[in-house]
Amino acid sequence: MQFLRKRWRAVLIFALSTLMLSGCGKIVVLNPQGPVATEELHLITWSFGLMMIVVVAVFALFAFMLIKYRAKKGSKIDYQPEQEGNRLLETVWTVVPILIIIALIIPTIKTTYALVKPPSTGTPVVIKAVSANWKWMFQYPGQGIETVNYVVIPANRPIEFQLDAIGPMNSLWIPALGGQEYSMPGMLMRLWLQADHPGTYVGRSANFSGRGFVHMVFNVIAKSPSDYATWVQKVKTTAPAMTMADYQKLTAQNVVHTMTFSHYIKFFGPRNNSMNALYRAPNS
Amino acid sequence: MLHSLLQLGDKYFMWNEGPMIWTSDVLIVLTSLGIIGVLTYLKRWNWLWKEWLTTVDHKKIGIMYIIAAFAMFFRGGMDGLIIRAQLAVPNNQFLNAEHYDQVFTTHGTIMILFMAMPFIIGLMNIAVPLQIGARDVAFPYLNALSFWLFFFAALLFNISFVIGGSPDAGWTSYAPLAGPFYDTGVGENYYLISLQITGIGTIATGINFLVTILKMRAPGMTLMKMPMFTWSILVTSIIIIFAFPVLTVTLALLMFDRLFGAQFFSVTHGGLPMMWANLFWIWGHPEVYIVILPAFGVFSEVVSTFSHKRLFGYKAMVVSMVAIAILSFTTWVHHFFTMGAGASVNSFFSFSTMLIAVPTGVKMFNWLFTMYKGRIQFTTSMLWALAFIPNFLIGGLTGVMLAVAPADYQYHNSYFLVAHFHYVLIAGTVFGVFSGLYYWWPKMFGHILNEKIGKWAFWIFMISFNMTFMPMYFLGLMGMTRRMYTYPAGLGWGPLNMIETIGALGMGLGFVVMVYDIVYSIRHPEKDLTGDPWDGRTLEWSIPSPAPEYNFAVIPEVKGIDAYWMMKHPKGQEPEPTKAVDKSKIRPIHMPNNSYRPFIISVAFFVAGFGFIWQWYWLGIPGLIVVVIGLFLRSFEYDDEHFISTEEIVQTETAAGRL
Repeated sequence: MQFLRKRWRAVLIFALSTLMLSGCGKIVVLNPQGPVATEELHLITWSFGLMMIVVVAVFALFAFMLIKYRAKKGSKIDYQPEQEGNRLLETVWTVVPILIIIALIIPTIKTTYALVKPPSTGTPVVIKAVSANWKWMFQYPGQGIETVNYVVIPANRPIEFQLDAIGPMNSLWIPALGGQEYSMPGMLMRLWLQADHPGTYVGRSANFSGRGFVHMVFNVIAKSPSDYATWVQKVKTTAPAMTMADYQKLTAQNVVHTMTFSHYIKFFGPRNNSMNALYRAPNS
Repeated sequence: MLHSLLQLGDKYFMWNEGPMIWTSDVLIVLTSLGIIGVLTYLKRWNWLWKEWLTTVDHKKIGIMYIIAAFAMFFRGGMDGLIIRAQLAVPNNQFLNAEHYDQVFTTHGTIMILFMAMPFIIGLMNIAVPLQIGARDVAFPYLNALSFWLFFFAALLFNISFVIGGSPDAGWTSYAPLAGPFYDTGVGENYYLISLQITGIGTIATGINFLVTILKMRAPGMTLMKMPMFTWSILVTSIIIIFAFPVLTVTLALLMFDRLFGAQFFSVTHGGLPMMWANLFWIWGHPEVYIVILPAFGVFSEVVSTFSHKRLFGYKAMVVSMVAIAILSFTTWVHHFFTMGAGASVNSFFSFSTMLIAVPTGVKMFNWLFTMYKGRIQFTTSMLWALAFIPNFLIGGLTGVMLAVAPADYQYHNSYFLVAHFHYVLIAGTVFGVFSGLYYWWPKMFGHILNEKIGKWAFWIFMISFNMTFMPMYFLGLMGMTRRMYTYPAGLGWGPLNMIETIGALGMGLGFVVMVYDIVYSIRHPEKDLTGDPWDGRTLEWSIPSPAPEYNFAVIPEVKGIDAYWMMKHPKGQEPEPTKAVDKSKIRPIHMPNNSYRPFIISVAFFVAGFGFIWQWYWLGIPGLIVVVIGLFLRSFEYDDEHFISTEEIVQTETAAGRL
């Protein structure tokens, strides 16, 4: 037993130190970069705190029972084999969890309703995010431009992602800015996010959608409002317009690099993209 | 000639995919030849057929379930190890995306449906009739059919690995990804049809045990005097009866899409792919409780037995189990809060999910207080039950965290989720079945499992389990999503993944040590001559180990909860001679006959399933016709029972020292 206890400690120290080495800064969910992620983090911390109350209570009781009531030879401790219950205790451990749940459900419902509204009062930017195996297309209806596998947003303004899909379900997840939502064929969804500062954040698909799913990673580049306006202008003037060939390539099942278009073709045709399924890795 | 043969090999046996497939082929052929050789050499074919393949005895069926579950644990565990090998380091090229997708799909499907389910059903087969003082289940013939349907479904699912390719859309098999447009091979058909076949068996088991428990209890055993494990099986059976038909329908709809061009879940032609997620989880969430409640039942028995004390709060335990069963049907949307059903829907399902924590918490505290003022004995079985408490607590509480819908937007489909469900399913179900295995082993085989080796297996497995799954919580928060076949360096995910892989190897080692314990204990048996090695409380310990064919020579009379304990410790009287059987009360015992039909019908199901998977209707339809003929003939089977004579019973009981 002594040996095992020592081993436990060694494992724990090893695990913790590796965690430290790997850098807590990399725990992206715990380092929110926007109001949505911050609000979600508040709930995460609050629920974690409440759960820790239970953990402490149960672990303490558990240790107490094991130490005090383990069978020893000639032990004279209180032994009551016929004890069958205690109404007071049972009421306590029914009521206390209910109180904990009330403390948890109220902020949960508040936040659930808050997150379907814009996170701040600035003018929203609408970006249509379309997943098509295995890439993300970001269309800017206000600007008429499209980016593929990366998205540029202005910092400090609410972004309204309108989620759509060609083919199987995916999920748009930018953990630094906030939680995810599914992109589904023929079922337009809305996800509000916002970045506090200019910077680059990683987004990916969080819902498995086949062989190329792992390549559905994209950068979210938040720029200051003026830089953002410059960028839009630059795309409008320098990037090529989407051709029919581009359109076909994008709606087919494949993996592509990042792309930029000054003008995009609105999606038409069947929502199945398997007809001309050709899998190509990005570097081939 | 050779060329066309190779082409056939590529088409049906995937020989073009390289050495891994070839090795599997060779191993399968060698193992099969080995089994056939050993059986022939030892002249055991007749024995196998008469004693096992045609048996309707609930104890033997239970043993076969558990053997099959062990085999599937090995298969599913190998899948798990392959997953961990692939993810050990960033940018690993051990598997490609296609193979990785297949491996995690089969890992999940096998572990839930072909490992956890049969292990649980195996234990309930062994223990329930003995706990309620019955001679068999209500429908022994149907019970055999349930087992063989499961067995051949598992076989069917497993051969996909070498014939045609494994399914690769995840164990949840979400449409439209799993539909005919995006998944063109036969793999997904294997998933649909083998789950369909095993599902039929499971529904039959649910009905069987519901009737058994309601109708076949010993005189005096009212519902509120039943052992807690039996209670858990009663509740589980009811959940099965309500939940599994949903799976049957759901699988059938997708099968129509895939085989006959229906459009239930397609993207075009008005199909509704999101409906799959709803239907799947309407079955899937209750399914979680189907595999966890029996484990709760095992813990109730084991904690009470090895604390040598009554179960604390019996009524509360029953009420909370029933509450969990009802709530389990009201929470399915929490599996996809991120589908964006709207704030009110998500709020409702957050609340209903959190509510489950209340009855579960009640049970947790009742187990803890069962030990209060008891005398805790640390047997291997008890260690598994004790380890359940802190480990399952972590899984359960992170479950409550996941129930917070807005927070779930950040956890969903990440490794946080993967960590959570492995913590509940392993610390709950797997620890539970291992605890039950060590607990009831003497009743199954007449000897106890070696405690020293068993404890080694426990510590290795339990510590490695934490090493494997604890880091996953952090990886999830670091943004790693499930089902990624590889990940780039530089995200800081590497070291944690490496720890997990080492942990997974440890779990594999723990499993091997446990199998060694079984082999060792069979070769050096520590015989249980008393029939009551643990100072047990319930009726199964009042009969010899292993239990005789007819279980109880004389059906006992039950006076309260923990019937056998009360016989051993009557209030205000001298202890009765509890083990002796009253010879004057012995009467001939009415038992069901063995039957080969469940086996044959299940083989026909297997053939039919194989035919439908490949869309070879010339094979599938005759297979189904044989099934129907089998059922038809069964209806006209009148001579299906026999009596065990008084002399034979006296002989058996005398040999066991009871007379």
